Amino acid sequence: MTSITEPRVRAGSAAEPSRRWWRSNTWRRLMAHRMFVIGALLFGLVLLATLLAPWIASVDPMKLSMRNRFKPPGAQFWFGTDNLGRDLFSRVLHGGQVSLLVGFVVVVVNGIVGVGIGAVAGYFRRFDNVLMRCMDAVMAFPAIMLALGIAAALGPSMANAMIALAIVAVPRNARLVRATFLVIREMPYVEAAVAAGARPMRIILTHILPNCMAPLVVALTFVFAYAVLSEAVLSFLGVGTPPPAPSWGGIIAEGRHYMRDAPWIVLIPGAVLAITVLSLNLLGDGLRDVLDPKLKVQQA
Amino acid sequence: MLRLIVSRLVSALPVLLIVSLIAFFLMRMVPGDPTIVMGGLQSTPQEREAIRQALGLDQSLAVQLGRWFAGLARGDLGRSVLLGREVSSIAAERLPVTFSIAIYAFFLTLVLGIMAGVLSALRQNTWVDQLLMTAAVVGVSLPNFWLALMLIVLFAVELRWLPAGGYVPFTQDAWLWFRGATLPALSLALLQIGLLARITRSTMLEVLRQDYVRTAKAKGLSHFKVVVKHAFTNTLIPVLTTIGHIFSLLIGGSIVIETVFSIPGFGLLLGSAILSRDYPVIQGGLLLFAAMLVLLNILVDLVYAKLDPRIRYDVDH
Repeated sequence: MTSITEPRVRAGSAAEPSRRWWRSNTWRRLMAHRMFVIGALLFGLVLLATLLAPWIASVDPMKLSMRNRFKPPGAQFWFGTDNLGRDLFSRVLHGGQVSLLVGFVVVVVNGIVGVGIGAVAGYFRRFDNVLMRCMDAVMAFPAIMLALGIAAALGPSMANAMIALAIVAVPRNARLVRATFLVIREMPYVEAAVAAGARPMRIILTHILPNCMAPLVVALTFVFAYAVLSEAVLSFLGVGTPPPAPSWGGIIAEGRHYMRDAPWIVLIPGAVLAITVLSLNLLGDGLRDVLDPKLKVQQA
Repeated sequence: MLRLIVSRLVSALPVLLIVSLIAFFLMRMVPGDPTIVMGGLQSTPQEREAIRQALGLDQSLAVQLGRWFAGLARGDLGRSVLLGREVSSIAAERLPVTFSIAIYAFFLTLVLGIMAGVLSALRQNTWVDQLLMTAAVVGVSLPNFWLALMLIVLFAVELRWLPAGGYVPFTQDAWLWFRGATLPALSLALLQIGLLARITRSTMLEVLRQDYVRTAKAKGLSHFKVVVKHAFTNTLIPVLTTIGHIFSLLIGGSIVIETVFSIPGFGLLLGSAILSRDYPVIQGGLLLFAAMLVLLNILVDLVYAKLDPRIRYDVDH
């Protein structure tokens, strides 16, 4: 309610079509940003490991083996085994597919819905008040609590977790897009486009929206981190991906009961989760520093 | 000031209305028959009918909505299916527990977050700054439920310094409360400490670049005085606006943290209500916390306006 809107007009990015993207100024500055590079490497590692899970971890993540219960990490079982003798290396990698898929879908849905609501509110001012009060209302709830409530109402499944997390994360992006729209729509060149007879859709998509891209990319990177972290909380509390399918939160929830004797069941998936979220936060910080230097620390 | 208070409260009304509608429709979002979900698959048709009537689900939507608002006007948040008790009376019993931990965590957040942020701004680009900011970004990335479990393994199981759970009310024994609440508060606060440290640092760096700070230095004030009196106090004002956000995160985190440490607060109850699909408790709890956070944000806005005369609110944004 007290947000201050700053104009974020970016002229340079579209004006250099002849240069290759890897030679662009933005890319060079990103590569010089140490934390961004570390984040990119870590995230690349996690992404690669989860995508290649069926080949790297060829053991079925749901295969029980009573002979191999509670095996600590070692040569045969890299991450050890759990109370049912399931291979944790395979479970963590396959669980990563769930986490990253949820994160990715939430980001895409969020991008589309957030831009849609923000653009409508910021351009067609008639709807502004209603839409923004709705966004305020969603943001009034503690985010994770509302996501848990929605997931509990819809029932435990991966798709419902995505829906719950997407709903909760939309308002921030909608407000971000709206704030940019409010500033840019008053610009003389938008006025010129209106005078030239451009339709609202064309003005929104080609004249105003590109100005939102930099802050939006930064915000969506943090949404990715938030979604991966929250999916784990949902699964940990039993309303995310239902067992026996592996998910990081679920593995931790089951391993909790054996923490004294087999701490690795909790330690390793949690550490992998933390590294994934950290890598995304580092990427977000780097993108923010380079793309949107005016923006302060993201409050995600 | 009175006009400002009234206008803030009035502008919060539509938001509160939508908040209550969201809470109301939460149970109506349940696919299929919610009474089967609440009563369990083994429940008899009679039991389901009893739940249906108790919750008024046999009435039309308009009647249900009317009852919901009539109840809210009386302070009635509904009745727990599982415990058969009023949500408001359960809340009165359990909220002090949740708040005592949240306030402890908030205190840790303020002290550690602001200290780390200020220190790193004053030592910008040195190893101190880099260490603190690396710690901060790691802090905002650690899953709080995992951190809580790790702290239990380390401090309760291995070192045996602090208990792994159990809660003693502050009014009963302050020292035992402190021992029991320290690990929960710490795992609850870490995310916010990192967040606040980052915000404080960037705000402080901005303030240190301001003309009035240069003027203060130029007229020969000691470094300490410039930092404390001119820079630090002005850093606190933007930090103030994040208090609502910090409390929102603390309340949200209480579900997981109270579940892990088995602390009998409202978060633990919500966690088990979520598992057992006790929708009235989920609805009532969500509504209660959202309303409190809306009021807290109004309070923060008012304090902000009082502290910083440059801020003037338009009546309708």
